[in-house]
Amino acid sequence: METTPLFSLAVVTGILTAGIRLASPYLFAAIGEMFSQRSGVLNLGVEGQMLMGAFTAFYVTLRTGNPWLGLLAAMLVGVLMGLAMAVVSITWRAVQGISGIGFYIVGMGLSELLFKALLGEVKVINTGFNAIHIPLLANLPVLGEIFFRQNIMTYMAFALVPLAWFVLYKTTLGLKIRAVGENPHAADTLGVNVAQIRYLTVTMGGVLSAIGGAALSIANLNVFQENMTAGMGFIAVALVYFGGWKPFGVLFGALLFSMVMALQIFLQVYRFPIPSEFLIMMPYILTIVVLVLTVGRVRSPSALTRPFVRE
Amino acid sequence: MKNHLARLLRAKQLDSFLPIVAVLAAFLLGAGMLLLMGANPIIAYRAMFIGAFGNQNALAETIVKAVPLLLIGLGICISFRAKVMNIGAEGQMIVGGLISVAFGLAVDGPGWLGLLLGLLIGFLGGAVWGAIPGILKAYFNVNEILSTVMMNAIAVQLMNYLLGGPLMDPQQAQSLGKLPETARLPEAYHLMRLLPPTRLHAGVWVALVLALVVYVLLFHTTLGYRIRAVGFNPSASRYGGIRVQQQVVIALFLSGAFAGLAGAIQIYGLNYRMITDGSPTGFTGGAGFNGIVTALFGGLHPLGAIPASFFFGALLVGANAMQRVTQVPSSFVTVLNGMVVVFVVSAAIWKDLRERQRRMAAVTQDPKPSIEASPTPSTG
Repeated sequence: METTPLFSLAVVTGILTAGIRLASPYLFAAIGEMFSQRSGVLNLGVEGQMLMGAFTAFYVTLRTGNPWLGLLAAMLVGVLMGLAMAVVSITWRAVQGISGIGFYIVGMGLSELLFKALLGEVKVINTGFNAIHIPLLANLPVLGEIFFRQNIMTYMAFALVPLAWFVLYKTTLGLKIRAVGENPHAADTLGVNVAQIRYLTVTMGGVLSAIGGAALSIANLNVFQENMTAGMGFIAVALVYFGGWKPFGVLFGALLFSMVMALQIFLQVYRFPIPSEFLIMMPYILTIVVLVLTVGRVRSPSALTRPFVRE
Repeated sequence: MKNHLARLLRAKQLDSFLPIVAVLAAFLLGAGMLLLMGANPIIAYRAMFIGAFGNQNALAETIVKAVPLLLIGLGICISFRAKVMNIGAEGQMIVGGLISVAFGLAVDGPGWLGLLLGLLIGFLGGAVWGAIPGILKAYFNVNEILSTVMMNAIAVQLMNYLLGGPLMDPQQAQSLGKLPETARLPEAYHLMRLLPPTRLHAGVWVALVLALVVYVLLFHTTLGYRIRAVGFNPSASRYGGIRVQQQVVIALFLSGAFAGLAGAIQIYGLNYRMITDGSPTGFTGGAGFNGIVTALFGGLHPLGAIPASFFFGALLVGANAMQRVTQVPSSFVTVLNGMVVVFVVSAAIWKDLRERQRRMAAVTQDPKPSIEASPTPSTG
């Protein structure tokens, strides 16, 4: 590999481009989880929701040739999975950590079951979301390649961050969400329907997680495999902690992760003299390190994991 | 007469049937899924039943599958009782397996001693892998659900590396394209087979004895009392002089230890080598997650985990039979397991409601509040 030194401009650009692209599934899922946690519900089923979203989007796109239909179908599945989690954790007041794990197992099993029953083997689509060159900007040297030749779902993921910020801090809905997550009894006294707000955020979390899965299967990779998220849903939950329950904090965390992922992939491709297994470990080790460094720095929403019962 | 019936239906003893109701609900939903997939639920469930219990070999396989579920379930009972959500049994089982097989392959010695040490080392390996997130939770306030999931992913990579490289069977290394696996352990280290030609091995006795040990530990020792106290009310425990952080580490240490032992027994009792298929659950068969399901279904009680592990072992063995008969992929059972978890934790609200009913009834019918009606610690 003497011909292409690892840290040439081309390689660094390649890593950054891939890093931006790889951030989109994390961003969708983590922003969704952030809303859910901000309202007081810990949804640990993100991984399962992502897998179901990834499968649904892939299957519908494969059958219809239209990735928008695939995305829409994934969102519908996200609504269903989010609603199920909402019923269990809000209406039935089940222990959220465990019910989330239950939904993770359901999503993992169901996506595997459907994959085996409907596809039977790994297939590739060529009708996923392709890269879109933004006029003029795409021609910028270096920056054009990194930021302006990405697929539409990547643009959407990054647009979601300021949007989430606006909703959370500048709208009545956002105020209600934060109130419900900090002090549900006070919010209830002021006439906010706690259950309604939480149903909304948990369902929205399900939709965004499913979209995150779709970003993997019909935009970034154009393939579906069993268990293809490989812990990304759990990393997304960790990113919410890391990001201090704030949209731009989550963005920073997601970028850090996706850049490490991209670097790791490039190191494998360039046969860096470390066994690939250790390179694959990097993001997971980083998650733990980052949790150690950030937890305690920011306070979690006071009512997180606490079901609301009117006294 | 009507009053008597109402009282009977409110009886506390009926609460223990809630998990069974939860399983029935999961099976009912599962039947709907089978219908959607064009399979006859009665035929599918019947195939599952026969596959799991139909003959001596089926029954032996069911027990063989139940052993790691029971061991891991015991560990989960300990940690969940301390309100420590250990999701890391997968990784702890892998690390226990890795370290015990490395020991067994490297060290020559008298058979019984090698076997004993091998299992002990697996136990310790899992314990260390569990204690890391324990320390992170106790002293750095890191959410254990997230850290244990990450530790799972790290353990999987460690396994892929070791089985594909340093620990790889030298004979395997020469033939390309085979599954990553270690060499075979010496004959002398093998755990006894109880009922040849079936694969039923003495690990089942180890697991059953340990279920008793964990029962005594949790309910009849100071350590068990402290662990449960921390889970029930950490701040009150702290005021009562219990070192809460220490109990958290101990709970995860022990929880990991049982998973590690499950890994070692899978090797010394069943395969005589460590083998995987390259997928994250290639070695464990998902026992780390199913062990959680087992413990929850058993009411987080070590003795309840015994029938629960038998039940889920049967489901796993039955799934393959069902796949052969109905063409429905065996992943169906994973979905079923997930639904059982969801329904079991959801059933807790019924328990609360029934508790409230009992209290109301006690107030209206009985001038003196009865002991039965006093609030009891929840087990979820």
